[in-house]
Amino acid sequence: MAYRFDFAPVFEHTDLLLAGAGFTLALTAVGAVLGIGLGVTGAVCRAWKLRPFDRMFGLYVEVIRNTPFLVQLFFIFFGLPALGVRMSEWQAAVLAMVVNLGAYSTEIIRAGIQATPRGQIEAAESLAMTRPQIFRHVVLRPALAKVWPALTSQVIIVMLGSAVCSQIATEELTFAANFIQSRNFRAFETYFVTTGMYFVMALAIRQLLVQLGQHYVVGRAR
Amino acid sequence: MSLVKIAGLHKHFGTNHVLKGIDLEVASGDVVALIGRSGSGKSTLLRTVNGLETIDKGELVVDGTALHDGRGDLRALRQKVGMVFQQFNLFPHLTAGQNVMLAPTVVKGTAKAEAEDIAKEVLLKVGLSDKFDSYPDQLSGGQQQRVAIARALAMRPKVLLCDEITSALDPELVSEVLAVVRQLATEGMTLIMVTHEMRFAREVGNKLIFMHHGRIHESGDPKTVFAEPQTPELANFIGAVQSA
Ligand SMILES: Nc1ncnc2c1ncn2[C@@H]1O[C@H](COP(=O)(O)OP(=O)(O)O)[C@@H](O)[C@H]1O
Ligand SMILES: [Mg+2]
Repeated sequence: MAYRFDFAPVFEHTDLLLAGAGFTLALTAVGAVLGIGLGVTGAVCRAWKLRPFDRMFGLYVEVIRNTPFLVQLFFIFFGLPALGVRMSEWQAAVLAMVVNLGAYSTEIIRAGIQATPRGQIEAAESLAMTRPQIFRHVVLRPALAKVWPALTSQVIIVMLGSAVCSQIATEELTFAANFIQSRNFRAFETYFVTTGMYFVMALAIRQLLVQLGQHYVVGRAR
Repeated sequence: MSLVKIAGLHKHFGTNHVLKGIDLEVASGDVVALIGRSGSGKSTLLRTVNGLETIDKGELVVDGTALHDGRGDLRALRQKVGMVFQQFNLFPHLTAGQNVMLAPTVVKGTAKAEAEDIAKEVLLKVGLSDKFDSYPDQLSGGQQQRVAIARALAMRPKVLLCDEITSALDPELVSEVLAVVRQLATEGMTLIMVTHEMRFAREVGNKLIFMHHGRIHESGDPKTVFAEPQTPELANFIGAVQSA
């Protein structure tokens, strides 16, 4: 007896799927903004060897890049309450994403900062600009422009990785899919649709970031 | 009274003793040409004058702002000393106008409208008033270097340092940059320039300094120094440059 495909039991729950996708996007947006902000901070400390923060960020980057995201998330959600730090599943999910993206983007952005030609920094110094002024006006935008494609890919990786947050009952897209599948027992159809949604979301985010980058970051900066 | 005063200045890079006791006075309006073989310490000397290189020992005073053995207010010094580099070093993400406006607005807190007026004025001076909105990669090397000169001038420096500013240019673009420097000299700008353009040094400079192994080996009025070098090293150098 051949399997009979039936997507109707999935589309019955379209509202749940859309709400889940919306939460995934919201998680990603907040995670990306804060994570890249953290990355810029870490990159400055690392690139300019600001003691002792450069060492602290170095350790942080190594720990995050060499451990599974799921374990990082569990540590934050289930582990930290032992120290009296309790958060909702949303807070834990956002924090895990920020911490994760922050580590990867620290390394990505650091490469961009270190690619700044020495002569441009000396020119700015000879104009009596301070280090923070030089960073803000001379270094940052060309550095971000150089690494924007890598940052874009990393944001998408984090968006896809957020599926793992369903494990602590954060009601994002994968959580919604799991729920629907447990009701209709239509695993193929449910995850087929879910896969398609992630795919479209990834393409959309890439497009959005390319556009944003063209407008606000890359501009003429190459 | 001299505008720039350097006394007993020493500089090492590790064990490499690069400047071995430089004494130099530059008066307001002087045009000083620094010549010498590659590695003789010309760039290093220039770079100590605006604090891009630290000083190990000795005194540097520019218009009353002093560094003693390398200690003093660097940013005050840099506001009085402009610098133009061999490689232009324009900020690639900013237009010519923005390149020029950046330091006045950020460092001096000049209002945007006023900074724009200054930028227009100095770009006009270097003959690029029509390039205000052009990005560096839309400009020729000679034009980029003139924007770099304008960028330095916008800070109203007391003295302008030029380190081989035509060396990276195609030969046909050298004269447009030299013309700007010549004009500045005529207007009374104090200039210290490292150059390989001997004819330019002779015509525009009123003081010539020959550096050799980290010392000022010979100096004086360019015309007499070129005509009658007192040391074999300078005679050799002039001969080598002229036959090149
Ligand atoms: N940043 C540096 N680190 C180490 N050595 C340097 C540095 N800059 C210059 N030097 C050395 O100092 C000496 C003088 O160099 P420089 O002032 O550039 O000479 P010039 O401009 O006359 O060619 C050379 O021996 C050079 O190798
Ligand atoms: Mg040099």
